Amino acid sequence: MTPQTLPSVLVTTEWAAQHATDAAVRVVEVDVDTTAYDQGHVPGAAGWNWTTELCDTLVRDIVPVKKLEELLGKTGIDNKTAIVLYGDNNNWFAAWAFWQLKIYGHEDVRIMDGGRKKWLAEGRDLSTDKPSFPAKTYKAGGPDFSLRAFLPEVQQAVAGKKAALVDVRSPQEFTGEILSPPGLPETCQRGGHIPGAKSIPWGKNCNEDGTFKSFDDLKALYAAQGITGDQPVIAYCRIGERSSLTWFAMKHLLGFEDVRNYDGSWTEWGNLVGAAVEKP
Amino acid sequence: MKPEEHSRRQQELAGWPVTIETYKLGDVYHCTIANVDPGARFARADGSTCEEAESRAIEKATRYLAQTRKFEV
Repeated sequence: MTPQTLPSVLVTTEWAAQHATDAAVRVVEVDVDTTAYDQGHVPGAAGWNWTTELCDTLVRDIVPVKKLEELLGKTGIDNKTAIVLYGDNNNWFAAWAFWQLKIYGHEDVRIMDGGRKKWLAEGRDLSTDKPSFPAKTYKAGGPDFSLRAFLPEVQQAVAGKKAALVDVRSPQEFTGEILSPPGLPETCQRGGHIPGAKSIPWGKNCNEDGTFKSFDDLKALYAAQGITGDQPVIAYCRIGERSSLTWFAMKHLLGFEDVRNYDGSWTEWGNLVGAAVEKP
Repeated sequence: MKPEEHSRRQQELAGWPVTIETYKLGDVYHCTIANVDPGARFARADGSTCEEAESRAIEKATRYLAQTRKFEV
C-alpha cells in the first residue's frame, strides 16, 4: 500500500515519527520479545509487556477490563486518545493489543505499518528513556466478543462448516512436522491442524519490509483459498497473536464483516482430549 | 540516538534457517535472532562489540533450536 491509500488503521513510520509526542496520540510498543523495548524504541513511545499486562495472569484469558483500564490510564490514554501500536515480528503482538483494544471498544487504534523492523531498517532515532505520562481516567466499553472465537464456536464451525477456518502458522506447524516455531517451547501434545482449516501463513500478509500488502494482493491471497468475506471466518495460530495479525488484515484492511480470532488456538486444540486433528 | 551498524542476514543454525539482526545503540551492540519461518524472535544478547553480542545470541539460539523436535508426517 502506498501512504496515499493507507486505511485509517495504519500509519507510516514517517507519520509516527512526526506525531509520537502529540498530546492526542500515544505510541506504544508491544513485542514478542518483551526486552526489545529496552533495546531502543520510538522516542516518546510507551512499552507494554504482553505476558503480564495484556492478559489475565491467573486464568488463561485476555486482559480483564479493570486491568486494561488501569494500564491505559497510567499510560496517559483516555477514550479520545489515538493509540498507535507497533512491535517486533511484523507487529504480531501490536495486532494482539489492537484486537483486545477493539474488544473493549477503543475507537481510534492504529498500527505503525512495518513495525519495529521498518523503523530500524530506516535508521530512525531510538530512545532508551522510559517516558512517564500524566495519569488519565479510562472507561472501557464492551466486551465485544463478536471479534473472538471460543472453543465451542470452533467446534461448531468444524461440525457444521458454517465458518471458514484459517490456520496462520507455518506449513511445518500446519502439517504437524513441528509442534512449535523453531527455538520456542512446545506447547501442545499433538501436531497437525483443525480439520478443514486452510493454511494461509501470517507472513503472506506482509511485504519484505514488514508493511502490509496492498488491498488487491490481500484480496487475491484469501480468495485463492476461497476466503472472500461472504461467510464467517475464524483465524487461529498457536497462542493467538499471529492470528491477531491475520484477523487485522481480514477485518480492517479487507473489510470482511465477520472475522474472529480464536486465541485459544493450537495450545487449546492441540491439548484437547478427543479433539479431531488433521494431518496431511 | 541513531542506531548504527545495522545489519540483517540469514544463515543456518542447528539445521534451521534464522535471521540475525544486529545494531549498535550508544555503546551497546544488540543482537536478536529469529527463525525464518514463522519469523519469531527467540534469542537475543547484548555486547560491547558486534562479535560479542552475536556470539552470545548464537550460543543461546543454538541451544534453543536443539530442543525443537521434528516428526514424520
